[in-house]
Amino acid sequence: MDPLCLISGDFGPFTPQIVTQVPLWLAIALKKRGKCSICPPQWMTVEKLTQVLEVERDSQEMSEHLPFHYVEISRLLFDHARDNIPDAYMVRSLIEDIRDVRFHKVETDLEGFNGRTIAVKIKNLSAMEVNIVRPFIGRALQAFYKHDSSELIPDPERAPDRRPQVAHNAPRRQLRR
Amino acid sequence: MGSRSVEGEQASLADDYDALISTTDVVLLKRAWRNEKAAPEILHFESDLITRVREQIELMEETVEEKSTVGTDPLSVSLYQMDLDRTLFLLRSYLRIRIQKIEKYMFHLRKTEELWNRLSKDEKFFTERCTDDFKKHLEESVLSKLPENYQSYERQSVISEEDDMVPEPRLDTFVLCRSKEYLTGIQLEDGPVDDRSKLFEMEPDVLYFICYKSIKPLVESGKIDLL
Repeated sequence: MDPLCLISGDFGPFTPQIVTQVPLWLAIALKKRGKCSICPPQWMTVEKLTQVLEVERDSQEMSEHLPFHYVEISRLLFDHARDNIPDAYMVRSLIEDIRDVRFHKVETDLEGFNGRTIAVKIKNLSAMEVNIVRPFIGRALQAFYKHDSSELIPDPERAPDRRPQVAHNAPRRQLRR
Repeated sequence: MGSRSVEGEQASLADDYDALISTTDVVLLKRAWRNEKAAPEILHFESDLITRVREQIELMEETVEEKSTVGTDPLSVSLYQMDLDRTLFLLRSYLRIRIQKIEKYMFHLRKTEELWNRLSKDEKFFTERCTDDFKKHLEESVLSKLPENYQSYERQSVISEEDDMVPEPRLDTFVLCRSKEYLTGIQLEDGPVDDRSKLFEMEPDVLYFICYKSIKPLVESGKIDLL
């Protein structure tokens, strides 16, 4: 097939049995018309995912081996290209487990908000999780900001409430005392 | 015809791919669209980008028409059409979000010089007509029937000190953002008085939820992306 010169970029000549790199939507469109088969991404193998799951379970931090949109990518690939993924059921259940563990971590982090949090930093959050917590964090921080800014006189006798940066704590910076 | 396509972040090709996609207009448009969607106030209008994208879209529309009459295989025609639809969606959504913001805050936009300069020519024309019509509507239906001191559409009454009937965008909403490089020296605007002088720093590629006011200049200069 001839090379495609699209607005989004140029995608090279398509020859049979040669691996070419294209954006996800193009790959899915071609797959739907039965013109190609999709190679699953590197992070989407049983071994890699089991590794990631172990890391997630052991540490409080988010694993950085998963791309930002891993939920969406895996969903699309399962819907359209299930036959191209080896051990599809295993991979799917691993991804579900990873999702649960990560979200649980996020939830426990969120419980640690108090009036003195001015910014929240979470490393390696994925797109799906961000969109789930976004309205909550926005409104919670807003409420804290509103109620906190009316305290114009800080209490000098209050002991510094420094949050220990211990390993079990998620890497969120609290810039207040 | 069987052809194999690869999707995903293969380490060796990832960097090249990133460099490739970062130069297209579609990626820039996507970034502008995302920033506009997340920001509480209207951002600068990317007139160069939009003109370029419009030209490309027109060119592509002509190509698609040509190809479909000539009789090239319907597969590539439909792929071209898909790409066209995607780009059109981005463009339309970008313009629509801006119009929504204009409609919400039109009186405020007219008054504030800095924000007025962020609109494109068509948007300015639209805002003027919109404010005039709305003013007329308010005056005819309600304001002319109120007692003398309460007839302004901008203030509650003649004794108000400011234009308190004009809605303003809330700049202290919290937004999710990410920076591409290591940034230091961000002043946090909110918080108790003693902490206000604390400087904040941001590491690259880490997500932060932060007050929009504090990062406003960085968003404008393009160092921070909103998500």
